Amino acid sequence: MAEVVFQARGLTKVYRTGAVEVRALDGLDLDLFAGELVVLLGPSGSGKSTLLNILGGLDRATDGLCRFRDIDLVRLDDRGLTEFRRRYVGFVFQFYNLIPSLTARENVALVTEISEHPMRPEEALDLVGLSARADHFPAELSGGEQQRVAIARAIAKRPDVLLCDEPTGALDSHTGIRVLEAITAVNRELGTTTAIITHNAAIKDIAHRFCRFADGRIVETTSNQKRLAPAEVSW
Amino acid sequence: MLSLHGLRALDRKLVRDLVRIWPQALAIALVLASGVATLILAIGAYRSLEETRRLYYAEYGFADVFASATRAPAALESRIAELPGVAIAEARITRHAILDLEGVTEPVTGLLQSLPDRARPLLNRPHIRLGRLPEAGAISEVAVNVAFADAHGLRIGDGFDAILNGKKRRLTIVGAVLSPEHIYAIGPGDLMPDYRRFAILWMSRTTLESVFDLDGAFDAVSLKLEPGAREAEVIARVDQLLSRYGGTGAYGRADQISHAFLDAELKQLAALARIIPPVFLLVSAFLLNMTLLRLIALEREQIGLIKALGYANAAIAAHYLKLVGVITVVGIAIGFALGTLFGQSLTRLYGKFFQFPFLVFEHDGDLYVVAATLTLAAAVAGALRAISTALALPPAVAMSPPAPQRYAHLPGEASALAAHLSQMTVMSLRNMVRFPMRSAMTGLGLSLSVGLLIVSLFAFDAVEAMIDATFFGSQRQDATLNFRDEQPVRITTDVSHLPGVLRVEPFRHVAARIRNGQISRRLTLTGRPDDTLLTRQLDLALAPVAVPETGILINRRLAEVLGVERGSLVELDILDGRRGTRMVRISDIIESYIGLVALMRMDQLNRLLEEGPVVSGVHIAYDRDREAALFRAIKATPRIASIEQQRHALSRFRATLAENIDMMTSIYIGLAVVVAFGVVYNSTRIQLSERARDLASLRVLGFHRREVSRVLFTELTLLALIAQPLGWIIGHWLAWLTIQSFSSDLYTTPFVINTATYAKASLVTIAATVASALTVHQRIAALDLVAVLKTRE
Repeated sequence: MAEVVFQARGLTKVYRTGAVEVRALDGLDLDLFAGELVVLLGPSGSGKSTLLNILGGLDRATDGLCRFRDIDLVRLDDRGLTEFRRRYVGFVFQFYNLIPSLTARENVALVTEISEHPMRPEEALDLVGLSARADHFPAELSGGEQQRVAIARAIAKRPDVLLCDEPTGALDSHTGIRVLEAITAVNRELGTTTAIITHNAAIKDIAHRFCRFADGRIVETTSNQKRLAPAEVSW
Repeated sequence: MLSLHGLRALDRKLVRDLVRIWPQALAIALVLASGVATLILAIGAYRSLEETRRLYYAEYGFADVFASATRAPAALESRIAELPGVAIAEARITRHAILDLEGVTEPVTGLLQSLPDRARPLLNRPHIRLGRLPEAGAISEVAVNVAFADAHGLRIGDGFDAILNGKKRRLTIVGAVLSPEHIYAIGPGDLMPDYRRFAILWMSRTTLESVFDLDGAFDAVSLKLEPGAREAEVIARVDQLLSRYGGTGAYGRADQISHAFLDAELKQLAALARIIPPVFLLVSAFLLNMTLLRLIALEREQIGLIKALGYANAAIAAHYLKLVGVITVVGIAIGFALGTLFGQSLTRLYGKFFQFPFLVFEHDGDLYVVAATLTLAAAVAGALRAISTALALPPAVAMSPPAPQRYAHLPGEASALAAHLSQMTVMSLRNMVRFPMRSAMTGLGLSLSVGLLIVSLFAFDAVEAMIDATFFGSQRQDATLNFRDEQPVRITTDVSHLPGVLRVEPFRHVAARIRNGQISRRLTLTGRPDDTLLTRQLDLALAPVAVPETGILINRRLAEVLGVERGSLVELDILDGRRGTRMVRISDIIESYIGLVALMRMDQLNRLLEEGPVVSGVHIAYDRDREAALFRAIKATPRIASIEQQRHALSRFRATLAENIDMMTSIYIGLAVVVAFGVVYNSTRIQLSERARDLASLRVLGFHRREVSRVLFTELTLLALIAQPLGWIIGHWLAWLTIQSFSSDLYTTPFVINTATYAKASLVTIAATVASALTVHQRIAALDLVAVLKTRE
C-alpha cells in the first residue's frame, strides 16, 4: 500500500458573503496516495477548486482535518502556508499565470532559484517538450506552449504534489492533449502525486483514480482498471 | 451611505469610482492644491503688500524725490517748488544723533526729522499711533517711531537724553508714530532693522533750527512730482539748485532705502509665484495622466460595453472628464483655503517686519479665477491623452481582453553581470523599460520633489556664506563710528585713546554717482587707507586684496549693473564737496554681497575731492570688558553722530532672516513631501493594480510577502536612486533662478548650496517614498490569491 500523502476528514469550507452562506465543502473525506494521478470531476460549484486550494495551501478549511504527511494544514499560518507551497507544491492553472516580463526559461528559473533540489530550467522545459522555445516571452508563445511552460515551472523544483486546476480549460483538444501528455510524463517519470481538476469527463480515463464531486462532497470514487494515454482520449 | 438616487447611471459609476480610488484621487488633489496654494500665497501676499504700500503712500503723502544739503537758505524751498514737474516741495531738517537711555549701556543712534510748525506736514506725514506730534517750538517734545518705543517699553511721558549738536538734552515722548518713509527702518550701515539701537525722532522745526544753528535754513527737502513729470530732469534741476549749499544729490524712490527694501521683497514674492507653482502643475498633470490611463485600462471592457449599448464617445469623454473635474475641484478648493491661510500669515509676517499702520488683505477674485483656470487646464491636459485612448477603443476590441503585454530583452542582458541578477530583479528592470514614460515620469516627479527641497533649504547655505564673507571676511570691526561732519584725520588718535579701544581705522564716505554710458547708480564712495585689518576687500575668490594705489574697486553687482569689467573707465560724479565729473579706471572687481560698493585709497579720494586728510568715521576694535566705559565715552563725544555695532548687526541679521526663511521653508518642505508622497503612492498603486496577477502568482509559487514586495520596490528604489542626481540638477537650476530674482542693488545672495543640503533633500524625499511604499506594502498582504488566479488576463 502506497503512503498517504494527503488525508482529509470531515473537511468543510463555508464562504460568507453578507447574509449569504455558501457551503463549498461539506464534510468531505479523501486520501491521496504517493505517486498516483487522480482526476477530480464535477460541475461548477461542486467544490473541486475549493478542495484543491485547501490542499495546495492557498486557502484554509473552516472545519475538519487536512494533513499533508504529518503537517496539519488547518493550523498553519500565512507564513507556514507560503513555506508549504514553496517546498512541496506545484500549481498549474487554467490561465497559465506566467510572468509576462520573464522568458519561458526565466519563468522556470523563478522557482528553481528558491528551491532546494531543483532540476535545471532547461531540463524541466525539455520534459514538456519546449527546449526550443526557452528564450521566448509568454506573449510570443501559443496558449498550449504557455501552459506547458507553467507545467515545467510547477515541476522544476521536484514538488511532492502537482495540483492542476482546469489545465486544458482554455485550450483546444489537440493542444490540450499535449498538455496532458506533459502532466502524465511528469507523474510517470518523477513519481509526483498529481491531482487534476476538470469538468471534462473524458479526461478521467488517463488517471489511476477519479472522484466525482457534487454539493461539496465526493459522491463516487472509481479506480481505472485500464488507463488510456492522453492521445487516446477524445473530446 | 451616499445617496445616488436621481443620478444618471454613468454618474453613479463616477461616484463609485471616486469612492474606490479615493486615496489616489486625494493624493493628486493635494499636489494640485499645493500648486494653487503657492500661487495664491505668493501673488496674494504680493498684492496685499503692494496695495497696503500704495494706500499708505497715498494717504500719508510719501514723497517722490528726496534731497539733502549742508545748509540751504529757506527761500530756496519755494524755488524748488516752482521747478517744472514739482507739485509740492517741503523743506526740513534731518540729523543723526546719539541717544542715551536709562539702563541701556550701548549708545542708540537716532535720526531726527523736523515737523513743520505751521501745520501738519504736506509730505511723509507720520501716522499717530499713540499721543500726538510735538508742538511748535516745544523744545523738549519728541515723537518716536512705534517700534523703538516698543523695543524699549517706552510710553508717552517717558524721557531720555539726546546729544544734540554736542549738548545733552532731555526729551519727553509725546507720541508714538509710523511713517511711510520708514516702513523698513534701518540705521546707517545696518542690514536689518534693529529697533533697540536705531530710533527715528520727530521734533518741531523751530526747535531743531535753533539746536543745529539752522535758523532760516534747511538741510533736506522732499518733493511730490506732478503726474507725468520726468524724475531724472527734476533731480538734475534740484541738484543744480542745491549744489552751492552742499547738496549730496537728489534721488527718487528707487534709492530711498525703505522703499527699495520693500521693492526687493515684492520682487522676490513675484519670482516665487513664477518658479514654484509650475512645478506642482506639471506633477499633477502627470499624476492625472498616469492614474486615468490605468483606470481606463481596467475599465476597458466596461467602456466597450457602454459603447455597445449606444453611448456616444462624447458621453464617455464627459464621464472621465467629470472624474478629473471632481479631483481638480477638490484640489483647487483645498489650494484656495491653504493659499489664503498661508498668504495671510505671510502678509502678517511682513506686517511685523515692515512697519505699516494697517494691512490690506487682497483677495481679488481674479487671482482665484486665474489659479483655478491654470490648474484645470493642467489637469485636463494631463487627462486628454488617457481619455483619447478610451475613445479610440472600438467596442468589439474593447470587450475582448487586451493582448498580453510584450516585453523585450534588456540591452546588455547577455553580460556576465546580468547572469547574476535574480529573476525578480529582471522582472523589475524589464518592467521599467517596458513602461519608459511612466518610469520617466515617476523618476521626474521624485526629482522635482528633491529640487523643491533644495530650493527651500539652500537659502540657509546662501545666507551663511553671505554672513561668512561679510562679517568674518570683510567687515571685522566691532563697531563703526560715524562723525557729524568730516573730521581731520588726527581724530583717529583721539578715538584710539577712548577706553578699551584696540585698533582704529579711518574711512572717508562721499555721495557719488557712477556712470557707464546711459547706466548710472547713486552710491557711497568709500576711501580707505591701504593698511586696514578690520575691514578688508575680498576678491571674487573671497581672498583679501589691497586697495590699489590708483583707480577704484567695485563689487561684482555694480560691475554687472554697469556692464563694466576690470580696466574699464567709468565716470564718477561727486555729489558733495567739490562737485564735478571725473573719469576713473576700475582696477579690479571685488566680491561684496551688500549694496553697491565702490572704494579707493583714502588719500587718493581726498586728492580727488581736493581736500586735505579728512575722515567721515572710523572702524574700531575694542576690548569687550571695557565696553561700558567706552560707550559712556562715546555718548559724551559730541562729534560722533551714530554708531553701528557689528555684533548686533549680525545677530539681528540672523534672527530676521531665520524668521522669514523658516516660515517659507516649512511651507515648502511640506509641499515637497506632498509631491514625493503623491507621486510614489500613485505610481506604486497603479503598479500594484497592473501587476496584482504577477504578484499573486509569485505568492502561489511560494514567495513570501516580503519577497513579492521586493519586485515592486526594486523598481521604485531604482527610480528613486536615478531621480536623486536629476533632482540635484533641477534643484541647482531652480536655486539659481531664485538667486537671480533675489538679487537687487541692496544685496545679492551668493549662489552656494552645501553638500549637506543635497543630502537632506534626498533624505526627505526618500523618507516620503518609503512611507508611501509602506502603505502600499500593506495591500500586498490583502491580495486575493485565489480570485486573481481565476481570472483571465
